[in-house]
Amino acid sequence: MFRLRRFLKNYKLQLTLGPVCKLIEAIFELFIPLITADIIDSGVKNGDVGYVLRQGGFMILLGALGLGFALVCQKSASVASQGFGTEVRNAMFRHINTFSHAELDKIGTPSLITRMTNDINQLQLAVAMLIRLVIRAPFLVVGAVIMAMCIDMRMSLIFLAASPLIALVLFVIMQKSVPFFKTIQKKLDTVSLISRENLSGNRVIRAFSKQEAEQARLEEQNNALSQTAIAAGRVSALLNPLTYVIAQAAIIGIVWLGAKFVNDGTLLQGQIIALVNYMTQILLAMIVVSNLVVIFTKASASAARVNEVFDTVPSVREKNTADIPIDDNAPAVAFKNVSFGYADNGYALKNISFALQKGETVGIIGGTGSGKSTLVNLIPRFYDTSDGEVFVSGANVKEYPFKQLRHQMGIVPQSAMLFAGTIQSNMLWGNPNASQDDIDKALKIAQAYEFVYQNPEGLQRPVTAGGKNLSGGQRQRLTIARALVAQPAILILDDSASALDFATDAALRKSLKEETQNMTVIMVSQRVGTVRYADKIIVLDKGELVGIGTHNDLFRTCSIYKEICLSQLKAEEVLNQ
Amino acid sequence: MKNKGTLKRILHYAGPYRSGLIWAMIFALLYVVLNLTAPILIGYAIDNAVGQDHVNFGELTQLLLMVGITVLSCSVFQWLMGLCINTVSYGTVRDMRKDIFRKFNTVPLKYIDGHPHGDLISRIINDVDAVGDGLLQGITQLFSGLVMILCTLGFMIFINVYIALVVVVITPLSMFVAAFITRLSQKQFREQSKTQGEISSYIEEYIGQQKVVKAFGYEERSQADFEKINARLLDCGKKAQFYSSLANPSTRFVNGIVTAAVCTVGSVSAINGTLSVGQIATFITYANQYTKPFNEVTGVIPQLQSALAGAARIFSLLDEENQLPDSENAIDMTHCKGKIDIDHVQFAYVPEKPLITNFNLHVNPGQKVAIVGPTGCGKTTLINLLMRFYDVNSGDIQIDDTSIYQVQRNSLRSLYGMVLQENWLYNASIRDNIAYGKPDATLDEVKQAAKDAFLDHFIERLPDKYDTIITEDGANLSQGQRQLMCIARVMLCDPPMLILDEATSSIDTRTEIKIQNAFNKMMNGRTSFIVAHRLSTIKEADMILVMKDGNIIEQGSHEELMKQQGFYSKLYHSQFAAS
Repeated sequence: MFRLRRFLKNYKLQLTLGPVCKLIEAIFELFIPLITADIIDSGVKNGDVGYVLRQGGFMILLGALGLGFALVCQKSASVASQGFGTEVRNAMFRHINTFSHAELDKIGTPSLITRMTNDINQLQLAVAMLIRLVIRAPFLVVGAVIMAMCIDMRMSLIFLAASPLIALVLFVIMQKSVPFFKTIQKKLDTVSLISRENLSGNRVIRAFSKQEAEQARLEEQNNALSQTAIAAGRVSALLNPLTYVIAQAAIIGIVWLGAKFVNDGTLLQGQIIALVNYMTQILLAMIVVSNLVVIFTKASASAARVNEVFDTVPSVREKNTADIPIDDNAPAVAFKNVSFGYADNGYALKNISFALQKGETVGIIGGTGSGKSTLVNLIPRFYDTSDGEVFVSGANVKEYPFKQLRHQMGIVPQSAMLFAGTIQSNMLWGNPNASQDDIDKALKIAQAYEFVYQNPEGLQRPVTAGGKNLSGGQRQRLTIARALVAQPAILILDDSASALDFATDAALRKSLKEETQNMTVIMVSQRVGTVRYADKIIVLDKGELVGIGTHNDLFRTCSIYKEICLSQLKAEEVLNQ
Repeated sequence: MKNKGTLKRILHYAGPYRSGLIWAMIFALLYVVLNLTAPILIGYAIDNAVGQDHVNFGELTQLLLMVGITVLSCSVFQWLMGLCINTVSYGTVRDMRKDIFRKFNTVPLKYIDGHPHGDLISRIINDVDAVGDGLLQGITQLFSGLVMILCTLGFMIFINVYIALVVVVITPLSMFVAAFITRLSQKQFREQSKTQGEISSYIEEYIGQQKVVKAFGYEERSQADFEKINARLLDCGKKAQFYSSLANPSTRFVNGIVTAAVCTVGSVSAINGTLSVGQIATFITYANQYTKPFNEVTGVIPQLQSALAGAARIFSLLDEENQLPDSENAIDMTHCKGKIDIDHVQFAYVPEKPLITNFNLHVNPGQKVAIVGPTGCGKTTLINLLMRFYDVNSGDIQIDDTSIYQVQRNSLRSLYGMVLQENWLYNASIRDNIAYGKPDATLDEVKQAAKDAFLDHFIERLPDKYDTIITEDGANLSQGQRQLMCIARVMLCDPPMLILDEATSSIDTRTEIKIQNAFNKMMNGRTSFIVAHRLSTIKEADMILVMKDGNIIEQGSHEELMKQQGFYSKLYHSQFAAS
């Protein structure tokens, strides 16, 4: 948790000023019972109304000053804590931007989102509390004990006995109840999981008439949940009564002993009242401390999750930031003995070598897990190879600055997602300076021109997050257009036609071929129909390259390709005319 | 008024625990009264210690003994109150969850399809929690707070009317300050939660699509955008936090004023002889105690409001009409030959948009019907009608010449084996998942079904074999394996008719061949409806239904449809058009 203090370095002033002001307020607060005692013991005893009023006025003055100091502290706390949160968020977002796919896959997007929102909020709260209460609450406890000592050393023994006892009760109860809360959260997650399953699988459940079984499954977890909750409640319900009893027992002791000392003439009546008030202050402060412990326990768990992100080192790093010279006559993409494995999962690609010439259309086909997507992810260097080298335009991808490398290619990912904004803002992703003509041309090739302009808003049509207001097929065509607007040298389509019907798919391939003569097009697909007319087809099976060539050649020579073809086409339809 | 109704229903829900609730109130009352008695007794005790040699030990001891008894019984009642509230609130929470969950499986499917699942989950989890914490505990807090205020007031008046008046006049100041601060901070809080939502969706969008961001070199632009939103969040966050943190010091200040006033006025009265010193002590304690419940009560109210809102959402779900129950003389159909007749069926999801108008189809036992069309053409509608997930608006569907509306739903559905594209599995072992439709199946039967679905080799290679738990998102199985699991599940049940949904993509060819073979094995001799994507399946079907925009536009065998030169023949040719 303390490692995150680097984000507080701009708030040193607030971090000192806040607690100091809070401390001054607390000191003022500690004086109040003393003044009360003084009013009674001097003012009332001597019948001095003027003195009483003066001291009363003094109390109000102290209160007003205390308020002033407290406000300074609250202000410091809000500036420092929110500023801290903002800096951590910015830094985290920047850091995540450096991650390669390997790290993103490992931590997972939903988890990154929670870390950036909930966890950072929790830390923000902890910083605020650090300034506002961490100094104040313990100080009040200690201060009250010291004040009691000042009034009467003998009486302070009661304080020295009661305070640790209250602390002990708080500690034991929290220690017992915190694990309960963890269990409750886990059981609640189970209830939520079963509910989610029942909603998503509602058809299946009804089809198998399993409603009653599912109900029983839920009730079992639900009952367990409420039993745990009640058990936890039983423990927490002890907290207030127990601390109350201890504090009140101490007060009884104070009055009883105090009365004895008053009788001896060694204590004044008003001082008893002051001591009783200090005891009450201790009880209240202790309860604040126990709340603080909860906040900081949560914060340290959050800090661990946040640090985990910061500790994740991007596996793919930029070697150069200056552009490197590229060879226009070299193959567009070349693999030399490339192997790749995801973390201890065996090889996803084994010893792959091939070269794709400029302007070629290339199909990559193979089953799931055959390594198709992995292969294309190596070209823009989303991952680094485990072995072997990847070359783009004659240069090793590791030598490129990311920007120069990725600028050469347009990538259409498997999942067709757009970003909130307009169609136009999405089209400008690859090239912020693209003209209207560039966009229209890309839309036409991607078979999206028609539906975009059918809508009266045209390019200005709003797009919601992810592009959810468009159909899957429309989104897919727009992601293809988005890649084309930048007029890349290499176009990579990663199974990007799956949501298109056969007719649109065919029209898309036709216009790609006609309009992008100089572009190297790499198409990943499961469909033979998509790749069969490519200049070159690469066949992958379990991470190995088992065939490379044209459709008709491969059908004759590559048994796996033949098998794939026959699973999708009738024998008489197989050969290209 | 509406809130009142909701409140009433919640209390009704807590009905089985009514005695607990009543006891909680009684204990709360006792706790408050005793809690307020202790300071009075202590005040009297202090009055017995006036000065040197002026201590009345006899009375003092007696009074302190009484304080002890009061404190002990007070804390016991407080504890009992806590226990009662626990039982009531967690019991009610449990019952509500149970009922909401039952509702999930009894409402018409239309409701489930038409509501975001996240929203429904939030009702069974968050809203129910809000009712449990907010309402039931809130009500008790409200009750004891009000009792506390009234009793303190009464006790103070009983001791000394004038000082009581001082307290009563000054304390509303604290409420006024609190209200002012709340108003001030609420606007900022709204702004803050709005910006927070904005930043969450930004993160979700850009980190979720990090691969695209990278591919287009968009990192710097997105960082700049992010920092802009973040700066706005900082701005309103600072204000919201500052304003809301004013509440504590301000109340402390008001309390300070009250204490000073009580102390001064009390002391002056003591000098005049109308008040004892012990009573000043009592008053100081009370003055502090008197402002506390005000703060608590004002704090509870927003909590109550959000709980009521949650309860209203829960009840609106519980008030949803259930699907029509099976009629009393509905038949329990356990076997069928598989003759299906669909006559003059009309159907629409929303009345304004008629989807199927006058649809007729006659399928003989054992025939295969392929349903074809572009994505989103409404192929699932037909499944919805056949399985009676939705009811037709008019017309009839018959199995072996019996209308499906005269058959018990559960028995109708058991006649079909269904394998859908969204391969639903649940968080349990592979064995439990395969035996889902037949929980009493032996391990050997499960193994046989897995073998028939070409899954046995895969399962045998897993470390826990058939006991392997399928994770929540099914991440440990590929799409194809998930579909094979669903096939095995159906095979084990051995239903007379089938509804199958071929996968469109992302299944590897080898697995696809296995699925194909498994489908073929299953379909043998059974009436089958296949949502088809592969031409081989389509061409081998006895009948093809071509669907577009929810309507059945063409119907017939492959040859017949090719001759028509309609949508189907266009679809067919597009697959083989030279690119």
